[in-house]
Amino acid sequence: MTETAAESLIPEVGRLVIRFAGDSGDGMQLTGDRFTSASALFGNDLSTLPEFPAEIRAPAGTLAGVSAFQVHISDHDIFTPGDAPHVLVAMNPAALRAELATLLDGGTVIVNADTFIERNLAKAGYDHDPLEGDDLDAYRLIRAPMTSLTKEACKELGVKPRDAERSKNFFALGLLSWMYSRPIEPTIEWIEAKFKGRDLIIAANKAAFNAGHAYGETAELSDHQVIVRPAEMPAGTYTNINGNTALAWGLVAAGRLSGLPVFLGSYPITPASDILHELSRHKEFGVTTFQAEDEIAAVGSALGAAYGGHLGVTTTSGPGMALKAETIGLAVSLELPLVIVNIQRGGPSTGLPTKTEAADLMMAMYGRHGESPMPVIAARTPADCFDQAIEAARIAIQYRTPVVLLSDGYLANSSEPWLLPEVDDLEPFPVEFASGFNQVDEEGNEIFWPYLRDEKMVRPWAIPGTPDLMHRIGGLEKEDGSGNVSYDGANHAHMVAVRAERIARIPVPDAEVCGDADADVLVVGWGSTWGAIAAAVRRIRNGGRKVAHVHLTHLNPMPANLGEVLSGFSTILVPEMNLGQLVRMLRDEYLVDARPVSKVTGQPFTPAELQQVILSELGDDA
Amino acid sequence: MTDTLLPEGGSGDVPPTTRADWQSDQEVRWCPGCGDYSILTALQLLMPDLGVRREKTVFVSGIGCAARFPYYMDTYGMHSIHGRAPAIATGLALARPDLDVWVVGGDGDMLSIGGNHLIHALRRNIDINILLFNNQIYGLTKGQFSPTSERGKVTKSSPIGSCATPFNPVSVAIGAEASFVARTHDMDRHHMQEIFRRAYEHPGTSFVEVYQNCNVFNDGAFETITKKAVRDDMLIPLVHGEPIRFGSEGQFGVARHDGGVEIVEVADVGVDALLVHDEARSDPSTSFALSRLAESPDRPTPMGVYRAVDRGEYGAAMHAQVDQMAGSRGKGDLKALLHSLPTWTV
Repeated sequence: MTETAAESLIPEVGRLVIRFAGDSGDGMQLTGDRFTSASALFGNDLSTLPEFPAEIRAPAGTLAGVSAFQVHISDHDIFTPGDAPHVLVAMNPAALRAELATLLDGGTVIVNADTFIERNLAKAGYDHDPLEGDDLDAYRLIRAPMTSLTKEACKELGVKPRDAERSKNFFALGLLSWMYSRPIEPTIEWIEAKFKGRDLIIAANKAAFNAGHAYGETAELSDHQVIVRPAEMPAGTYTNINGNTALAWGLVAAGRLSGLPVFLGSYPITPASDILHELSRHKEFGVTTFQAEDEIAAVGSALGAAYGGHLGVTTTSGPGMALKAETIGLAVSLELPLVIVNIQRGGPSTGLPTKTEAADLMMAMYGRHGESPMPVIAARTPADCFDQAIEAARIAIQYRTPVVLLSDGYLANSSEPWLLPEVDDLEPFPVEFASGFNQVDEEGNEIFWPYLRDEKMVRPWAIPGTPDLMHRIGGLEKEDGSGNVSYDGANHAHMVAVRAERIARIPVPDAEVCGDADADVLVVGWGSTWGAIAAAVRRIRNGGRKVAHVHLTHLNPMPANLGEVLSGFSTILVPEMNLGQLVRMLRDEYLVDARPVSKVTGQPFTPAELQQVILSELGDDA
Repeated sequence: MTDTLLPEGGSGDVPPTTRADWQSDQEVRWCPGCGDYSILTALQLLMPDLGVRREKTVFVSGIGCAARFPYYMDTYGMHSIHGRAPAIATGLALARPDLDVWVVGGDGDMLSIGGNHLIHALRRNIDINILLFNNQIYGLTKGQFSPTSERGKVTKSSPIGSCATPFNPVSVAIGAEASFVARTHDMDRHHMQEIFRRAYEHPGTSFVEVYQNCNVFNDGAFETITKKAVRDDMLIPLVHGEPIRFGSEGQFGVARHDGGVEIVEVADVGVDALLVHDEARSDPSTSFALSRLAESPDRPTPMGVYRAVDRGEYGAAMHAQVDQMAGSRGKGDLKALLHSLPTWTV
């Protein structure tokens, strides 16, 4: 990136956290997303955290309707959307009231001053105008009359004032782009592409964006201007990706790598629906998407497709997982490949549909009747969702088993730069369906046994249409080998043991210790806590203290070396977005005194929170 | 990429088969005297006539006595979980349009726990054949009232009579936009075979209700109409294009009445007043009216194909969309997909 003369005068900061907040109808997610894209193209490392209410349009102007988007940009590699924001953009009084507490002391507040009128103040629960009192004394306040200046900018275009007002988020984006030296072109190009054919909207949005940009310059806000330089990142081509898109693409890739058509059976549910949407757009990859009548039919259809030789996938969130449990148990019994994706959210019941939580680990592990083991893996970052979708499919196909892939609402919607893999470097895992007899009966006839196992204890996958191999499978207990229905107690005991052992024997990569192997304190995490733990551990180590981090992708089976790793540390902390689920599994399996660190507020851990917990464990006296 | 992996089945002409080829090596374990035996026999005798391949035939079932059916057919088969067979069959049939997929279940399986899957399968019209064995009782759980049990039915779980109004399965199917709806019964093998053949030949979802006797928990539920001695007067044959007429002397018929249909004596109204059966009529209201003729199976009941309309099969429409996307974009390019959002190079 070439530095211009003007840019060289702007003070630099290493990183910046900006929080955009407004009414649900104000377009804050879009504004944040565009700012993020421009930052990505500028070369920053970044991480985002969209937060929105469960209602599509909660009453306008109320606290319940506030929608926020936090983005963390930096000139070095970062792992999380950041701690307290440096900058808060508040499009109305409710946004200010709801979000001000998150802002760093001394941070910058940018408000749409036009909205601070009596009616809106009352809706937000203010009995006074916070712009006039001492509420904001601890912050730097920028009052931008965004609505009126946007209307003014659009006046000559023939846009109705009411329509023009809707472009005010682009005014905010223009202003922020000027203050933080974001490139303009990507946003202009995006507006032109997005609203193609709707010339008035294009003109209004561009006018608002330019007006915001010019406002920064003319209102003499230059003392607020800072720049975050591009980060040093490994060479290659990057894209900015969120977890759900990465996961959908991973499923497409898994179809390619296995040579199987992908069949997604799904039912709309927040925050998983975007995977269904994304895959619906890619039928040319041999992807079939089936929007079923309910969660049960969604997994049932996927299992039916798997029986027919497709890569069967179902995507859902907690409530859907509960409904699918019986069918997943059938898949365990049938020993057919199936990928079950759970984008976790706050529970129980409907809980917090748009907020994150990771409290379905026990459900993934044990949430079926009977002894019903199956592999469980969890993605740790948005981009990692791509790799783990492939990993889930690989295990399912190669070991003929349903697999649960856990993500969560945070990973689903937050984004980060992703160094795109070379497609040719992805390892294929081709499938061989059974094609011939595998047994001889007492009379010497060649026959087919659907439950005759290979050295990995995997049964043959003989799909309908294969001559001679006609056979029946079902949920009733079957005799090992022949697959015939069997109510024999000894056979059942054998089959229970076989089902347990064949999953326990699936090889998974060893656990890797990051940080100081000789530290006293080990932090063990799984899933989306990776970013906050890694950032906290880095800060502590930069401060000269020792700490180690192990992050689990494979939760069942767990890495073979994990017990040995755990035994090397006197203190084991397990941060989880639940009341302590992995920690129970570790205590149970390895008899170690692992301790939980819980957060169930619907938001991910921040590095600062974990830093504090770890430091207090280390004895904060260094 | 993917098509080559799917087995072609045998090549060339379909080899002739006999009933024995369709019988698996598993011992049939229904109660002696169960109506399921005659349904199994009817189908095993029919399959050779259909000229289909065993390896291309799949039976999917849920849970219940009827749901043991797949174990006895020497085809591919899945005995799944209670109520879910239509959903599993839907995925299989969409994934593999080359297969003949049959779904077998009872009244509890399909109309109670699996009611939602049944109606949505019928609405979508995927090419599967659904056989509902209706014995108006829960058999495998030893005798509780089912969603088709009559009001007042005394069972173990309704000691002084059931309070619920039953479903009429044919009415439910027609109401759920089914494109093929028929009824037959376990006492008439030839009729069953004729109906099963029609179901097989129908493009889209076929729904066949089979009145089936459970001689242990609900013996004789249909004998008022299906016993040979009374059949002529109690079963109303539905023949496409023919006036609807029944009775040992052909003395009764069905005519339109007051927005619905009613049973009439031919001597009173004349042959020309009888309703001519039109199974292909796109408006389902006459078929529905026929399904309401007998409130319960102790009055004259229409048997045969109530409705058979061609209204486009879901799978074909879905695969056309796949072809459309592949046609406009070519076979998917994974690298292009990964680069489809804005990218930058370091």
